[in-house]
Amino acid sequence: MRYSYYPGCTLKTQAGASLERPALQAARALGIDLVEQEEWQCCGAVFPLATDEIAPFLAAVRSLATARDRGEKLVTLCAACHHVLKRTNHLLQVGSETRDKTNNYLQLEQPYTGEGQVIHYLELLRDELGFDRVAQKVTHPLAGRRIAPYYGCLLLRPAKIMAFDNAEDPRVMEDLLLSLGAEPVDYPYRTECCGVYLSVNNEEIAGSMVRKIVHAALKQGAEAMVNACPLCHYNLLNLQEKTPGGEPLLPVYYFTELLVTALGLPEEVGDKTR
Amino acid sequence: MRRIGVFICWCGTNIAATVDIETVIKEAREMPGVVYAGDNKYMCSETGQTQIKGTIVQQKLDRVVIASCSPRMHELTFRKTAAAAGLNPYLVEIANVREHCSWVHKDKDAATVKAVALIRTAVAKAALDTGLEPQEFVVTRRALVIGGGIAGIQAALDIAEAGYAVDLVERTPSIGGRMAQLDKTFPTLDCSACILTPKMVDAAAHPNINLLTYSEVEEVEGYVGNFEVTIRQKARSVDAAKCTGCGLCFEKCPSKVKSEFDEGLALRKAIYVPFPQAVPNIPVIDRDHCRWFSKKKCGVCKKVCPASAVDFEQSDVLIKQKYGAIVVATGFDLIGFEIFGEFGYGKHPDIITSMEFERLVNASGPGGGKLLKPSNQQPPKNVVFVHCVGSRDKSRGKPYCSKICCMYTAKHAVLLKEKHPEAQAYVFYIDVRTAGKDFEEFHRRAVEEYAAVYLRGLVGKVFPSGDKLLVNGVDTLSNQAVEIEADLVVLAAALTPRHDAEGLARMLGIGSDAHNFFVEAHPKLRPVESHTAGLFLAGTCQGPRDIPETVAQAGAAAAKAIALLNKETLLSDPCVSAVDESLCTGCLACLKVCPYKAISDKPLTEKVHGRQRRRLVAEVNKALCQGCGACSAACRPGAMNLLGFSNEQLLAEVDAICL
Repeated sequence: MRYSYYPGCTLKTQAGASLERPALQAARALGIDLVEQEEWQCCGAVFPLATDEIAPFLAAVRSLATARDRGEKLVTLCAACHHVLKRTNHLLQVGSETRDKTNNYLQLEQPYTGEGQVIHYLELLRDELGFDRVAQKVTHPLAGRRIAPYYGCLLLRPAKIMAFDNAEDPRVMEDLLLSLGAEPVDYPYRTECCGVYLSVNNEEIAGSMVRKIVHAALKQGAEAMVNACPLCHYNLLNLQEKTPGGEPLLPVYYFTELLVTALGLPEEVGDKTR
Repeated sequence: MRRIGVFICWCGTNIAATVDIETVIKEAREMPGVVYAGDNKYMCSETGQTQIKGTIVQQKLDRVVIASCSPRMHELTFRKTAAAAGLNPYLVEIANVREHCSWVHKDKDAATVKAVALIRTAVAKAALDTGLEPQEFVVTRRALVIGGGIAGIQAALDIAEAGYAVDLVERTPSIGGRMAQLDKTFPTLDCSACILTPKMVDAAAHPNINLLTYSEVEEVEGYVGNFEVTIRQKARSVDAAKCTGCGLCFEKCPSKVKSEFDEGLALRKAIYVPFPQAVPNIPVIDRDHCRWFSKKKCGVCKKVCPASAVDFEQSDVLIKQKYGAIVVATGFDLIGFEIFGEFGYGKHPDIITSMEFERLVNASGPGGGKLLKPSNQQPPKNVVFVHCVGSRDKSRGKPYCSKICCMYTAKHAVLLKEKHPEAQAYVFYIDVRTAGKDFEEFHRRAVEEYAAVYLRGLVGKVFPSGDKLLVNGVDTLSNQAVEIEADLVVLAAALTPRHDAEGLARMLGIGSDAHNFFVEAHPKLRPVESHTAGLFLAGTCQGPRDIPETVAQAGAAAAKAIALLNKETLLSDPCVSAVDESLCTGCLACLKVCPYKAISDKPLTEKVHGRQRRRLVAEVNKALCQGCGACSAACRPGAMNLLGFSNEQLLAEVDAICL
């Protein structure tokens, strides 16, 4: 199983140790060949809603076209990159002024019209590999661990374009946790907003949103929270209340950290999830 | 030379405002064969028709072209007018200069040119028209009603009262339908069962009504007056002639299954009658859940039956019957909840649909109508009702209003307070729509006397929290987020047609809309007829509606069916296919494309150069042919011709436009 892989900037900096490294390690253990694209550039971080400006789309289109030329699906790991790439792909698929303009500018050998496929690592596990195959490789099941998945918005919405999961009642992280032997915790705010960039200029509002989410998970008996987005991860971890010892009340992990733990591959990334 | 008359209708300003009538008259007079062109403000009116009749006689017209509205609207009117003046009605052509021209254009000059072109086309076709004579055929004086809810029961009773035999086909083991599941009815709070069950008994007892419960329509062939229908009567596994309805069998049956009638809130046995007042009161064995049929063990029902009525060997029976008219009354389903994850339906037993609420509050329902929380059998205190779950929701649900939810939710708020005076109802709504007799008054009573709190806004999330349900919503009038700790959440789900309505529409050959509701022939003037002659519609299979509307419509559909059955014979449409045997090569490509099985092969013996020769040619059964024209398109030598729409006529029309 061979795929093109688009990492994005956060995975090469902040989230390298906890999101990218375990993901790549797990992929190897699961027999998935992720080939990092040679010339990937910043996705732009935010999907641009101004469609008269093509510059923000160019990097995404180049990556999508390169994967298409190699005949491979493009796998993403960062929720923000996935959001931008998926929506750009859709924009070029449906035919738009942006499609014509970006193609005119890039002068690719074969124009790109959204024929490639971009999938998130979670979709890779669910749809390409299958959670049952993941479960077969689990050597250290997370039995008895009560984990609360948190989704945020980027992977789920807009629901029709992202087509990632049921936007109101997603299941993919719950199903992953079940395959790892853990017990997913259901709580009301797993698809609510984490506060996004408000954490930069209005920490108070973002903090109140995060605390609502964290308290709801704690109330349902969660011992940890798992998520798939670097920005959510930052907010959830840093804006929640701390114990007197300065530790967060509720530990927050990337799903990849639990994945490697359950697969019994902790030596490279450390065993902090235990 | 032909003597063609052209009559141009103004249709008030509908046509005349966009088409220059004077120019059209002038141009029409120049067309080949036209000896007269005149106009009238309303050609379909008495004066217009008199003008047509008088001109036919005076000008000795042998063909007539009417430039007016769609032939769907008034072709029949003008054919009758021509016939009254002694002209064969099939010598009349309609040029549709309203729907196809004036209504869809704004530029008067261009529309005038187009109107002239449309009339030139019709004149070219009219020149080649031949007089046609319809044939008479005998009507089968028996009606079929599909669906045994209140609509089907009412239609069957009305037709039966008029003296005609009716077969009432119902898929479940008992008639009664949705109305049998309801508790009280708005706005009078009549007990639903009390007013329905006498009608169910009447239907069963009526000498002209033949109940076919636990049966489904499997195939429909034929045409108005002579439908040929195959009905599968599923094996009940109980001999209806022997069963006394004592109920010993289901008392002793060990297999328990969720009751469909109780919306899954209670259990029934594998051998069961759906509810105590079921008609007929004869049990059915649900073979998928019966131990005898799955494991060949048990057989308790057979052992205990004092009448020896249980019969494991029974098999399905196929009934073939001819009908003159069919009434379709298949009712509704509720929209599926998979896409509305935010309401958490299925995650907690106290998040229920309005239909489930009906069963909980019903004296014959689970819990004897005490209205207790399904989770712990405790009385609910705070109850949140959510309107428009899937209705008026273009992005995920249905764009239409389900019409009855505002009223039944008001009713639920009233019933809640009557059962539990200390309880409080909260109703989230978009708009409260109470268009109906005494409806607004009833809604105000729910608010003023029963203290239901109405909040204008939607619910964003329902979540189980401890033994409560956390409801997050918004009140857009005070512009505040609202959080309610509820004991019970009731979702007013959108009404949809039955899940398999699309297949039935195809089988019957009737139209359905984007949501699979069956479509009436005209939304205002033919509201209970389908586009297919002899097929009538009643109840919610056509669109959301309440009980009185359903009953009124069922009566109207019955009246239409009675009027049809009242005729001994009907006239067939003579616009059917005809074979030119001298051109037919006997390839029978036509036979393969005919959707009505109207074409067969026939050996022809003829003399060629003094020698006898036998060859095969196609033959059209004029009674079965519906005039669709598929055969004439498929015919390579051009031997098939649709009378009234012959190949020559169509080509003449094309020439008139293009040359």
